[in-house]
Amino acid sequence: MYEGLEMRKVYAELLIEHAQKDDRIVLLEADLMSSTGTKAFKERFPDRLINVGVAEANLMGISAGLAVMGMIPFAHSFTAFATRRAFDQVTISIAYSRLPVKIGGADPGVSAELNGGTHMSFEDAGIMRNLPGMTIVEPVDSVQLAALLPQVISHPGPVYMRLHRKNKEVLFSPDRSFTIGKIETLETGEDVTLICSGMMVKQSLKASEILRKEGVRPRVLNMHTLKPVDATTIIQAARETGAIVVAENHSVLNAWGSAVAEVVSEHCPVPVFRIGVQDHFGEVGKSDFLMEKYHMTAADIVQAAYSAMDKKR
Amino acid sequence: MSMDATQTNALVSKANEIRRLILEMIGKLGVGHIGGSLSIVEALTVLYYKHMTVDPQNPLWEKRDRFVLSKGHSGPGLYAVLADKGYFPRSWLDTLNRPNTNLPSHCDRLKTPGIDMTAGSLAQGFSAAVGMALAARMQGQGVRVYALIGDGESQEGQIWEAAMFAGNHGLDNLIAFLDYNNMQIDGLVSEINSLEPVADKWRAFGWNVYSVDGHDIVAIDSALTLGKRFKGRPTMIILNTTKGKGAFFSEGKVSSHNMVVTDEQWREAVERLRQEGEPVTSGEGR
Repeated sequence: MYEGLEMRKVYAELLIEHAQKDDRIVLLEADLMSSTGTKAFKERFPDRLINVGVAEANLMGISAGLAVMGMIPFAHSFTAFATRRAFDQVTISIAYSRLPVKIGGADPGVSAELNGGTHMSFEDAGIMRNLPGMTIVEPVDSVQLAALLPQVISHPGPVYMRLHRKNKEVLFSPDRSFTIGKIETLETGEDVTLICSGMMVKQSLKASEILRKEGVRPRVLNMHTLKPVDATTIIQAARETGAIVVAENHSVLNAWGSAVAEVVSEHCPVPVFRIGVQDHFGEVGKSDFLMEKYHMTAADIVQAAYSAMDKKR
Repeated sequence: MSMDATQTNALVSKANEIRRLILEMIGKLGVGHIGGSLSIVEALTVLYYKHMTVDPQNPLWEKRDRFVLSKGHSGPGLYAVLADKGYFPRSWLDTLNRPNTNLPSHCDRLKTPGIDMTAGSLAQGFSAAVGMALAARMQGQGVRVYALIGDGESQEGQIWEAAMFAGNHGLDNLIAFLDYNNMQIDGLVSEINSLEPVADKWRAFGWNVYSVDGHDIVAIDSALTLGKRFKGRPTMIILNTTKGKGAFFSEGKVSSHNMVVTDEQWREAVERLRQEGEPVTSGEGR
């Protein structure tokens, strides 16, 4: 049903739908309404979308103020500015104050494309993961977004969403359900586990296809929730497959790869290989080019899977 | 509605009492943010004992007015008022900054009954207060939001982001105070990074501005009365104050921001205030 629609279009429609039922929902923008796609919401509810202008610190402060008065604010910007630009505000006014502000970051990782290095966040999920009580989700497609959004709205604490706004591809069938904090098993297998999120899900499924042709049976897990981490499913995968590759559209430091390695090293040490950005800044480029250049393709995942299996004890 | 002499005297004597509670609270601990707590006593007194609609027995009552102490380090000043109002027992004041306390250095909405918003990382409380005023206007329950910012705090860019927004949105249910004691940790505000012309700045950002003697109960009351009536703009009341006001060892001293207080000092200061505050005809203490 969402086939061919940009995720931001679906996002705005979903927010309109929920806002009709719940008058606590308000949207906040910092001059990126046209990018985040919420113009349609503004047209439908002119008084419930507040554009604070180019002022991310105030965006988070005002959102916190709305939340402490019982509203459910959705604060939007690019991932880079929704996190690092306003990190102390997110930390103190939102997380430390335990307020249910829903932060939507658009253009995670390489999807910032032609905005280049200044707008390309490889650290956003990593820094947000440091905040106690922060929930972090990264929907793969619009189906997953639609399934997770009601849970985001009703969650009593703050949530950070990494939104790949221009993504039109739909991977899941419309009736599929997802639960925040619960890893979704996409394919079953016993030889190696591929754990992936966001844009890297497609690459991981491709990698799995290649591996299967070569006689390897990978398990593919979609970790759409970075925090709270679903340790049970990760430990089970470590026990049953003995080798793990994590693929993320993020720095390999501090986010998905790190979270998996932390769980595995404490509960069931097995080799964990991390596909993602290898501790460097971004640059201008289309996603395909950047993923190739940064070794984040299906072929890189296949290679990492073999390396991980080689290291199995 | 101006105050008669009886009302004024009652508030003056309440301010004196609050000051003594602050001195005792920080004095017993031996160190604390005494300067900025003492400089806002009159403003807090007029607010909480005359202007704000609150119910200390029901601190989360939806229709209450809100107060955000954005210069969160002056928490002890506010705690004295909240304890006296009955939000929590006075005995809590002796727990200031002690292990497992509900009264931390900087205001925390999750710990202290009566604290409407967490603050301490400067300028953030003010931004939140603007959001709260916006929410209150959307909710239409007649809730007013009060905020108090510092002068050193006004060097933060976020203060002006929030000021611009509140001015442009005509948030006339928001009344803010600036504690203009002209002192910050490293020295004089006027020397480190001056705010002047500060009243003009706030006017330029679309605010209704008053500048008063921040220790004059009557002047603060008049400004609040006018500010509440003013339509179409938020109000800024600049409180011209003295840091550390009312204690001989802290008054007018830059070092009073966060200072060590000896037992002799606070006891002597409390005694002097007691004598000062004593009604001529009666010997009744607190």
